[in-house]
Formats: sequence, C-alpha cells, structure tokens
Amino acid sequence: MSIAIDNRHNGIQAEPSNGGVDSTEIAIVIQNLKKRYGTVDAVKNVSLEVRSGEIFGLLGPNGTGKTTTLGCLCTLVQPDEGLLEVYGISVTQNPAAVRQRLGYVAQEVALDKMMTGRELLEMHSDLYHLSKAQQIDRIQSVLTTLDLVEYADRLIGTYSGGLKKRLDLAAGLLHNPQILVLDEPTAGLDIESRQIMWTLIRQLHQSGTTILITSHYLEEIDALADRVAILDRGTVIALGSPQDLKKSIGGDRVTLRVREFTPLSEATEVREHLLKLDVVKSVTLNEFQGNSLNLVVDAQSDVLAQIESKLNSLNLPLFGISRSQPSLEDVYLAVTGKCITEPLN
Amino acid sequence: MTQIISPTPSASSAQFDYPDLSLSIRILHFIQETRALTKRLFIQLIRRPSTLIAGLVQPLMWLVLFGALFQNAPDGFMGTSGQYQKFLGAGVIVFTAFGGALNAGLPVMFDREFGFLNRLLMAPLASRSSIVVASAIFIMSLSLLQTLVIVGTIAILGAGLPNVLGILLIMAIVMVLVLAVTSLSLALAFSLKGHVELIAVILVTNLPLLFASTALAPISFMPTWLQWIALLNPLSYAIEPIRYIYQHPDWNLNAIAIVAPWGSVSLIGCLGLLSAFAAISFYSIQPLLKRSLG
Repeated sequence: MSIAIDNRHNGIQAEPSNGGVDSTEIAIVIQNLKKRYGTVDAVKNVSLEVRSGEIFGLLGPNGTGKTTTLGCLCTLVQPDEGLLEVYGISVTQNPAAVRQRLGYVAQEVALDKMMTGRELLEMHSDLYHLSKAQQIDRIQSVLTTLDLVEYADRLIGTYSGGLKKRLDLAAGLLHNPQILVLDEPTAGLDIESRQIMWTLIRQLHQSGTTILITSHYLEEIDALADRVAILDRGTVIALGSPQDLKKSIGGDRVTLRVREFTPLSEATEVREHLLKLDVVKSVTLNEFQGNSLNLVVDAQSDVLAQIESKLNSLNLPLFGISRSQPSLEDVYLAVTGKCITEPLN
Repeated sequence: MTQIISPTPSASSAQFDYPDLSLSIRILHFIQETRALTKRLFIQLIRRPSTLIAGLVQPLMWLVLFGALFQNAPDGFMGTSGQYQKFLGAGVIVFTAFGGALNAGLPVMFDREFGFLNRLLMAPLASRSSIVVASAIFIMSLSLLQTLVIVGTIAILGAGLPNVLGILLIMAIVMVLVLAVTSLSLALAFSLKGHVELIAVILVTNLPLLFASTALAPISFMPTWLQWIALLNPLSYAIEPIRYIYQHPDWNLNAIAIVAPWGSVSLIGCLGLLSAFAAISFYSIQPLLKRSLG
C-alpha cells in the first residue's frame, strides 16, 4: 500500500478530557507491558490507564497486541515485564482478587453447545460462588437484560451467532463485575444483537461499570468510548478522547474517487496535482477502496470547487467526492497509516 | 429492555478476596465449583450417550473375543489354572478404567482449544484442582459402572463372582487408579500443544502399557526383561489384587498378590502403592494448573 503521509510514529497525544467521567479513581493501570512469543513481540511496550467508570476503547490493526494485552490483564497470559493493576490490586500477585472484579468476554464465544443457556449460566454462577438465591436473581436479570429469556432452556447448539454472543456476554455479567472487558463484542453481529449490546454497554456505563472494549467498528467506539488508545505493533501510538483526537489531527476530510476503480497510475498522478493546491494538506492513496484518495484539507468552503476545477482542467472524470469533519477512522488512518478495514495480507 | 442492571458493581455481594477467606468457606467454594463442573460432564454424557455405550460394549468385546482366542489352548498353558476368561477379567476391568482415565484430558484439551477453559480459568476458583476432581469423579462413575457390567458378564460367562467385600475392594482399586491416571492425563491437556499431540501421547501410551502389564499373561509367562517392566508398571498393581480376589474366594487383605524380585506385595500393599501413585500424580500437577496457559 502506498502511504502518502508518513506520520505513523508521530504519536498523537491529545489532552485528556474528563467528559462524562465523574470519578478520577483509576480502575486499570498498565505500565510498560511486554509479552514476547518466541521471536515475536506480541506486546512491545503498552502503558495506559483506565479511569473508574469510563468506557475505554482499544483500537488497532489485527495482530497488534490488543488481545494479548487483554489476556495479560485478565490473568490468562503471563506478562514478561510490566506492571498490571486492577483497582490497586496486582494482577500477577493476586490474580484471584482480580478475577473476582473482572468480567472478560473474549472474541470467540466460550460456550458448550450440549448445555442449555440456563445450565451454562448456572454453571458459571457456581464458578463465581453465588448463593442459590443470588443465582436465581442474577440469571433472571442477565437473561432479561440480553433479551434471552425465551431461549434460556434451548440447547446452545441451536442458537444463532448473535444469540451465542449475547449468552456469552450474559455469562460474563453474572457476578456483576466492576470492570467488563469486551474483545470485539459486536463483530459479525446482526443489527438486533448489536442494538442490544449497545444499549447494554450504555446501561452498564450508567451503573458505574468500567468498560474496556476493542472493536473494529470505529464509529461504534466513537459513539461509545470516553477515551481511546490506538495500538500499533505492540505500542500505544495515540491516546485521548475521540473528540480530542479528532480535533488534534485538524482540517476537514475529503474522500475522492476519480473513477469507481481508478488505475493506480492515474490516482498517483491526480495525487501529485492535488498536492499542489494550497488548501490541500495531505493526500493518502487508499488501495483498498479502489485507489480512492483521502485528503486532509483546510476548513475552507470552496475546496470542493477547487478540486473539481482541477480535475476538469486535467480532463478527468469525477466518480464521487465527499467532505466531512474528521472521524475516528481518519485519526486511525493518520496515526497508523492504514484503514482498520483493510484486509490481512 | 427496561431492565436496569443492579446492584451497582461496587455493592456486589459476591466480592471476596482469596487468600483472605477462611478455610471452611474455601472448602465450600471448592465443593460448589467441583459440583458445577461435574454436572456439566454428566449433562454432556446424557445428551451424547455414544461414549457411554461404546465404553460398555468395548470391554465386553475384549472379554468375549479376546477370551475366546485362547479357548482351545490347553488348560493352564500360561501357568494359570482354569478358564482364560477368568484370568483375563481382572485385566479387562483395569484396562477399561485406565483407558477412560487416560482419555480424560481430551475434553479438557478441546475446551482449551475452543476457549472454554480460559473462561473457567478466568473464574475465581477456590482451586483449579476442581477441574481435575470433576473429571476424576466423572471418570470414576463411568469406570464403576463399567466394572459392574464386566463383573456381571464374567459371572454370566461362568468365570466366577467375588463376594461383596471383594467387589468393594475392586471398586476401590479402580477409583484410586482413575484418580492417578486422570491427573496425569489432565496434566498433559494443560501442557501439550494441542489435541493432536495429546492423542499421539495417548496412542503410544495405551497399548504398550497393556502389553507390558500382567493384564493378558501372568508374570511367570514373560521373559525376564519384560517381567521387570511389568513389575514396574503401576497397572500390574491394580490387576494382580483383582485377579487374586477372583482366583481365591477366601482372600484376605494381607494375602500376597505380587511376588517381585525386590519383595512381595500384599493386597493392601498394592492398594497402598496405588494410593501413593495417585497422591503423587495429583499433587505433582498442581504447578501446571496454577501457571497461565498463555
């Protein structure tokens, strides 16, 4: 992929904002976390703090250390180096106390298809040592919250993907964790299940649960998260609230397609011409969207007209052009140099 | 969706910290989690009974087919007296239990590969031994059922039936052996890379241990080098006392079941050695359970 702007290691660091978070208590501390598998640095050096009660989004391309970081936090992976604390409790020294406070819902559902939903929840509530009365109460509560009541007594093997994901989350909520860790909770979900997830995440947020979430859907993180960290190659390269991060990269965004599928040579040529315009700050060529051009432009009103007349003078068509305020996707693109949706090579 | 999640997490009633909890509460928690994990295994068995059926049919095949193989051999050709099926019965009981216990790691390995085990390890278990104990209880129950069916079949084939105390001692031997081997199998499930490796280990362990034991032939029938191996094989210490009970209706706990170059071992001595084997297996895998899998 051709990267026109190379500011991937500039590491945008937005001023922290306290929007929406009334507590300054720190729920999670990760300091200089390192984890190596053989010769591969899964996590090179990750440091971040999650405040109590906030929704914290962890973003990054595949294989960038998100899941390993979560694994270390959730006592499943032994870190090589670094400090990990949950409400002041050392994850490595007192894992049992940390487990009590955490609910972890992994990317892949962890269910037993031979059990019914209710049987699975009963088993999990026993593993968290809930009393019989608490079990009845909590199981009913999570089934209702995740809209699973009518499926509770069916075999999990008969569930759809969305139902499985919801049940998996329900199991993670049984013990009322102070911190909920969600790895890609809405990946591949139908709209109904995604809506339920969103509503639930907001409800949990309101009731004071700290939520650490990873997602490939940047608009989802933009809408939900109080703060985000962007990980790339095992390190944090940007950290802040979505608003601050968007502000910090500046300018408006223009996405331009000369043709539906523009030849690479033509796109490269157009890029050179557009860069000569004063209002254009940078142009990124996106091979994964039919060689479209992503421009960062001055927040100036006639920029679209300028671009159109430029293309006109070059005798080139214009398949599509749109202008927008920077999104989290743009932040992501600016700091990592790639789209989160890009396929694995 | 009007449900509001309550109470607030900080007010959760299920908040406690190991190792600050008192021993009695930890024991209650251990029982609760073990019961839950055991229940899951039984739910799987009941809804998918093919393993149970196969587990009951297979030992009968051994008994009937392998027993028939030597039907026309001259009486006492192996230096034993009486029917070969009577001789073989003890071996079949032990090997059925051993096979079941050896495979106990497989479902755990599949749980590990499907991420289900991680979910269990994320729970604040009083002790991860509950995973081992649950598997052991499950396999023990199956093995006891198999043992009773085998004992019944041996009786039907006309090869004798021990008295009630004898049957109880056979069950005790089976249970101790199952605990030992289940522990080792789960240790493999926690330490090997994946189910392919686990199945490979199970395959290369199962038959050699069968042939290098007294299951199919008595010690006296073997060449000296094999005698040594058979006498070091823990399975022989399960097989011989059971065989003694079958062959001596007037057995007692102090009767000598095994004569080895380094000494004689009584029935109760065999049970003691097996118990030590089980205790060592169970405790030596604790570090494996405690470490993280990542």
